[in-house]
Amino acid sequence: MHKTLFDKVWDAHVVETIPDGPQILYIDKHLIHEVTSPQAFAELEQRGIPLARPEKTVATADHNVPTIDQHLTIKDALSRKQVQMLTENCEKHGVTLYGLGHPYQGIVHVMAPELGITQPGMTMVCGDSHTSTHGAFGTIAFGIGTSQVAQVFASQCLLLNKPKKMRINVNGALRENVLPKDVILYIIAKLGTNSGTGHFVEYAGDVFENMSMEGRMTVCNMSIEMGARGGMIAPDETTFEYVKGKEFAPKGEEWERKLALWKTLKTDKNATFDVEYEFDAADISPMITYGTNPGMGIKIGERIPSLEDPSFEKSLKYMDLEKGQDLVGQVINYVFIGSCTNSRIEDFRIAASQIKGKQKAKNVTALIVPGSQQVAKQIKEEGLQDVFEAAGFEIRQSGCSACLGMNEDKIPAGEYCVSTSNRNFEGRQGPGARTFLASPLVAAVTAVEGRIVDVTQMELA
Amino acid sequence: MQKFTTLTSTAVPLPIENIDTDQIIPARFLKATDKKGFGENLFRDWRYTKAGDLNPNFVLNDTTYSGSVLVAGENFGCGSSREHAAWALEDYGFKVIISSFFADIFKGNALNNGILPIIIPEDKLKALLREIHAQPKIQFHVDLEHQELVVEDLGLREKFEIDPYKKMCLINGYDDIDFLVSKSEVIAAFEKQNTTV
Repeated sequence: MHKTLFDKVWDAHVVETIPDGPQILYIDKHLIHEVTSPQAFAELEQRGIPLARPEKTVATADHNVPTIDQHLTIKDALSRKQVQMLTENCEKHGVTLYGLGHPYQGIVHVMAPELGITQPGMTMVCGDSHTSTHGAFGTIAFGIGTSQVAQVFASQCLLLNKPKKMRINVNGALRENVLPKDVILYIIAKLGTNSGTGHFVEYAGDVFENMSMEGRMTVCNMSIEMGARGGMIAPDETTFEYVKGKEFAPKGEEWERKLALWKTLKTDKNATFDVEYEFDAADISPMITYGTNPGMGIKIGERIPSLEDPSFEKSLKYMDLEKGQDLVGQVINYVFIGSCTNSRIEDFRIAASQIKGKQKAKNVTALIVPGSQQVAKQIKEEGLQDVFEAAGFEIRQSGCSACLGMNEDKIPAGEYCVSTSNRNFEGRQGPGARTFLASPLVAAVTAVEGRIVDVTQMELA
Repeated sequence: MQKFTTLTSTAVPLPIENIDTDQIIPARFLKATDKKGFGENLFRDWRYTKAGDLNPNFVLNDTTYSGSVLVAGENFGCGSSREHAAWALEDYGFKVIISSFFADIFKGNALNNGILPIIIPEDKLKALLREIHAQPKIQFHVDLEHQELVVEDLGLREKFEIDPYKKMCLINGYDDIDFLVSKSEVIAAFEKQNTTV
């Protein structure tokens, strides 16, 4: 039988198929954080069940942590309690924790790939919907609820029905200044926020083959924003090169054995998908969202569509924007470069290339939040920190930060923020905050200009 | 988990599409370490004004509507995987959510907390939302065993789909942990023979 990449990885992890029911899927790696794990640990304790495979779980603190003075006690009592509870639970149950102050601490979806915890052909889960990020390595990776976190704790498995399969092909060459973020925002704008529901996506074609691992992670990260449980890209030399030599990557003979296996992880020529889409890379432009879901996106320079629909109108009202409006020239007071979508070294290199030798606009508060301690270290070593500081940007410590505003990093009510994060939902970045999602390049240019600029019409660095 | 067999109740209409889990329970309320009390902040930013007063225009603050059935627009529960959204709905008192489409992770989370998500066609959903506005006291009857939603006053009798395993879990109040733990030997054997993991 001809199999897709998804079939190959899924089928290799099926422990048992329940007649007329779901399958028991084995989970290779379980990532946890402070917000969605405490109730799962409590559930196991109430039942008197131990963690089945604590060595297959890795924890970090990212969602609610402050991004200033991480060496001090967390000021917010509730956040402090959650982080303390994570520390206690990990100690009690023998789970490795990269907590605040640890050189490996970071956003869970930045930390695991850069340490080589994420490897091709794995099944990975985490109580966070952006777990789809790890699909960039040809892994089946998806977000789960806390009940499922408890199930993985108890058995290292989940009960699931196999999702349907979707392939999205993007062929041709991307135009200048079109980044992976634009590619995924374009796809979601074309297909809509619920197009992927019930499906696992494979991204295929020239565009993804030519993309860096950081770019592939940005794309797979936002699979959930079209409703897909996950997205994956077949591992290739780019993948192997990235994984090789990482802290927890296989070494020596084990590396050779794994590499031989990973090279088989490709969709067979005659394998079929439930749904398939084709896009032309040349049609993709730098994108920006205008509404309150990530599917409400346009090419910068295009006008906001004019739909007669109450939900659409409610969304524009929240954003204080008009149908048919052009966003170019819109004054922006906040810029956030960070989140599990765009806080890797490549993202900051691109941002710095637009900022070097310039100053942020006076009206702008610009926040740079590295995805991990390792990225923060790299920013410093490569001299990017000097560029950002000289331009008046605030550089913070790693965490989820203003992507979801669980800590102090919130966008004030009524303010617009150009953000490299993944969700423009009402109140996502703080009650009343209005989010425009865009690439790190667009965010950097916005910070310098203090307004939205049509980057296709300007000379870029 | 609480058992679910049948339910008769009035319904609360929420005709908004793409209601994401950040609306159901905003991230700033996810700092609790137990599952209780999330109902207080259900739909927080729609339910309260910026000053913290009850928003009289939001349906949960309108005494015309009540009940343990929520009827909501398409693509309910999209976004974050936070199970706190299901806990908040359950804690507030909702047992059934009716929509034309649910996001995957939310649907799973609801079922794992004894909440029944019922999918009905878009045109019927729109008709139901209109009718609840016109007659707020119409009774909804849900029968899980027969997979049927009945609204006598409207002559509506709609069959709905549910995964047979999840149906069995809801009716008996079972959850996946018990089942998976009972499979520990099979899982250990899988680990031994599987060389890819």
